[in-house]
Amino acid sequence: MIAQNVAFWIIALAMAGAAIGVVRSTNVVHAALYLVVVLAGTAAQYILLAAEFVAWVQVLVYIGAVVILFLFGIMLTRAPMGHDTDLDTDSRWPAAVVGLFLFGVLTALLVDAFGDKEIVLHEPTRTAAVADSIFRTYVLPFEVVSMLLLAALVGAVVIARRD
Amino acid sequence: MDLNQFLILAAFLFGTGVYGVVARRNGVLMLMSVELMLQAVNINLVAFSAFLHDVSGQVFALFVITVAAAEVGVGLAIILLIYRNLGSPDLDRVEQLKG
Repeated sequence: MIAQNVAFWIIALAMAGAAIGVVRSTNVVHAALYLVVVLAGTAAQYILLAAEFVAWVQVLVYIGAVVILFLFGIMLTRAPMGHDTDLDTDSRWPAAVVGLFLFGVLTALLVDAFGDKEIVLHEPTRTAAVADSIFRTYVLPFEVVSMLLLAALVGAVVIARRD
Repeated sequence: MDLNQFLILAAFLFGTGVYGVVARRNGVLMLMSVELMLQAVNINLVAFSAFLHDVSGQVFALFVITVAAAEVGVGLAIILLIYRNLGSPDLDRVEQLKG
């Protein structure tokens, strides 16, 4: 348990620093690369929580596909590759106040509600259990989400097409 | 491991994402901040799945990952269209309802 806690805090600090980097970086490409650190850290947290399948889906879908999409988006909108000071709006301070306020309120609520709860892990979640749950309990949402993905992909092609 | 350490990490990521959505002008960067908030939600789902020894949380996390992939595809297509029409991905310039 000690080793897991140490691992958690190392990964969590890296994720927090990289998350700040995503929203504060003055270079668009660097922001995308900071996002990779956050996504990889999230996958590591899933492994700590014994959710192996979700962790590898996270690596494949997010780091493999979504980040590439973001890099293509940066390339196609011809974002300046170097330093750019024009990436932020003027409402930076109100935004910081809102973000900090939200974090503070959520933390206070969570400490009050779950202050003494511990996660006790017996064994890693088997992928068969996840598959059983998807195809038995959640088979209708699964079909709906696959249709949604198809519709979204066709929609993206239609929107972005030059005619 | 405490349940709270995961939830508070997720709260931090969510707060950072909200800051990014409000403060960023560039459309691609704003979508990245939305991704940060989705990560926060997913960490919460998987943490509660481990806490309750119920696999449903992980299934929901998989659904959220799928919807996020769809959202990024459509979102980037819209930003590409804004770039083509206005010459910049700056979302503050999108201020007229007429085309």
